[in-house]
Amino acid sequence: MDLLDQLAETFFSWDAMVAIVPDLLTVGLPNTLLLAGASGVLGCVLGMILAVMGISRNPIMRWSARIYTDVFRGLPAVVTILLIGIGLGPVVRELTGSTNPYPLGIFALSLMAAAYIGEIFRSGIQSVESGQMEASRALGFSYGSSMRLVVVPQGIRRVLPALVNQFISLIKDSSLIYFLGLLASQREIFRVGNDAAGNTGNLSPLVAAAILYLILTIPLTHLVNFIDHRLRTGKPETTTAIEESPFAREGASS
Amino acid sequence: MSTFTSGTLTGRELHLSFGTNHVLRGINLHVEKGSTASVIGPSGSGKSTLLRVLNRLIEPDSGDVLLDGRSVLKDNPDELRQRIGMVFQQFNLFPHKTVLDNVALAPRKLLKLSADQAREEALAQLELVGLKHKASARPANLSGGQQQRVAIARALAMRPEVMFFDEATSALDPELVKGVLGLMADLAGSGMTMVVVTHEMGFARNVSDTVTFMDAGVVVETGPPAQIFDNPTTPRLQDFLADVL
Repeated sequence: MDLLDQLAETFFSWDAMVAIVPDLLTVGLPNTLLLAGASGVLGCVLGMILAVMGISRNPIMRWSARIYTDVFRGLPAVVTILLIGIGLGPVVRELTGSTNPYPLGIFALSLMAAAYIGEIFRSGIQSVESGQMEASRALGFSYGSSMRLVVVPQGIRRVLPALVNQFISLIKDSSLIYFLGLLASQREIFRVGNDAAGNTGNLSPLVAAAILYLILTIPLTHLVNFIDHRLRTGKPETTTAIEESPFAREGASS
Repeated sequence: MSTFTSGTLTGRELHLSFGTNHVLRGINLHVEKGSTASVIGPSGSGKSTLLRVLNRLIEPDSGDVLLDGRSVLKDNPDELRQRIGMVFQQFNLFPHKTVLDNVALAPRKLLKLSADQAREEALAQLELVGLKHKASARPANLSGGQQQRVAIARALAMRPEVMFFDEATSALDPELVKGVLGLMADLAGSGMTMVVVTHEMGFARNVSDTVTFMDAGVVVETGPPAQIFDNPTTPRLQDFLADVL
């Protein structure tokens, strides 16, 4: 067997890859999507709170958000996951009797994601022209209502591509949850592939896991590009621009 | 125009500073119910700031604002602003909402109208400004003149007692100015109390009941349009008119 065949056998053994597909799809995929999805949603909620605190006129709010963001953006993901996942374990066991590290893994991912998402939301909100807030206040809306109804919806729209990027990161970072020690049924894509690779002494199952990650992330990357393009150029125009004003003859051009 | 109750607006000895910059230096302005006051003056004279102090988008350092003879400085500022409509130079329509929703939003949320009532009200206001057929369009797909007319409809939908116009035609292409000014003149003719900050001297002269000339944070001269434009008494107003007319 020459070197090329040996490499092909190590990375692309068809039999080993096919053998792991059922586990990847029935165990790994749901867990990865659950971890990334749950921490994405929770991260968005916490991130929105951080963003609103970050632009608050109250300096204590602003600084709390700043410090939180600096800490959780500055730590490697694996450190946060281990510290939260293992450190908070006894507290959770005390409160709920559960020793399941899975929810703590989601929580740790959420805390990290919140730091990034908070910055994404903040930049989006701050990019909305000040005239929008002023017009809303002039109508009689409070600061909070103006934020909720006028400023935040526009800000979120502008940062949708960055949010999807963040979700891609979560799909990848969810693989680090394996550090917390999970039940066989809780394993996500990486762990399923890695276990099989370890058991067979062949890397092909891990390559299969890698391909599954790419099947998830590459379409999302292109979704980002699509949204980005759509946001910059707008929806294709369909309405007709016919002018009929009782007051004057305005040009139909904008 | 639809039914509304217009009010009398008074600003008394209004002062405002931003740091060391004394923007308003004791402004007095009285706008009788149903009348139109134009405020003219060079850029940076404090005209736009005056409007924002009168509806408390900016709180004055001292002085008083009265609506129908009663001080409103202790009122909830949000409730005060529901009674005063404002139209901006840059329109400031909400780009993420349709034209209809731009107009219906405040009546729905602040006046607590039902969705159907708010929609009816918004369509009625859009009809008045001639844009009912654009109800489902997005602001970005309208011309500047159309956007400004939607902004006027949005303000009117709150049934305000007073309307503010902050250089409402300054950002418009010349051929679109006339339509918006015509709408403003119609509104003035229908008995709305209006304060109009403007560079349109034709509007100030022909439509308003009083003209106030501001410079460097003070009211230099105020009076009926004929007096202001034909017999300006102060050198500063004479110079200003010589520059703009």
